[in-house]
Amino acid sequence: MNKNGNINNIFDVAGRAMASQMVRLNTIATNLANAGSMAGSPDEAFRAIRPVFESKYAAQFEKTGLSTMDTQEIVTLNREPERTFMPDHPKADGNGFVYLAAVEPQEEMVDMMDANRQYQNNIEVVTTMRALMMRTINMGK
Amino acid sequence: MDRFSDHLGFQASVLGLRSRRNNILASNIANAATPNFKARDFDFARAAEKLDPTGPLTTTNKQHIPAARPVGMRDMQYRVPLNPSYDGNTVELAIEQMQFSENVMRYQTSLNFLNARINGLRSAIRGE
Repeated sequence: MNKNGNINNIFDVAGRAMASQMVRLNTIATNLANAGSMAGSPDEAFRAIRPVFESKYAAQFEKTGLSTMDTQEIVTLNREPERTFMPDHPKADGNGFVYLAAVEPQEEMVDMMDANRQYQNNIEVVTTMRALMMRTINMGK
Repeated sequence: MDRFSDHLGFQASVLGLRSRRNNILASNIANAATPNFKARDFDFARAAEKLDPTGPLTTTNKQHIPAARPVGMRDMQYRVPLNPSYDGNTVELAIEQMQFSENVMRYQTSLNFLNARINGLRSAIRGE
């Protein structure tokens, strides 16, 4: 990738898509790490985060057909933390309630598998294209 | 005049088209998780037809405008998805991967044809 962030070749395409999938894997790891954590108030409780992806087209898209994806932002999901009655918990509020992190571990695991697969797909594309380029370089030998 | 490039020309152009199609298919795969991305592709057979000088459209006069031109936006089309998706993304990974692997195979075929032609030329030059 060059300085102005333009997409020049297949390596930019796959590299940026993989970087975005890595951001996605990072958010999943964050969510899973916080699953089950308790807080003393709904505001303090952890809520799952998600990256928002957007398509990026090469400046010369009409000629090259190259486009890739970037992470636009990371958003916090608007979910209500579950209120649990645990009066002996050190973080319990005045009424004896704690607030469980709003994370669905199953959902995160499925998302992780998808991110993993997308990442592998991009690696596969790069491996194939690199082999093709090598064969092209060696043309006529 | 340009006998060498005449000899290699068609396969070389096909290789260029295959490479461009690889770019488009790789971009589709990279965007498999982007909401509202529409998968693109172009009609290879039609694009290759335009490259072939012996194809249906030939220029018999100097003032004729050749039909062959690089594949541009006008040739790119949106792929019609087989299954609807909730986020408006029309990339179907299985299809894109199959198209990609087919295109890679055909790229290698063109490469082999080119190699054969280059080797033929070399034999002719050496007089072996």
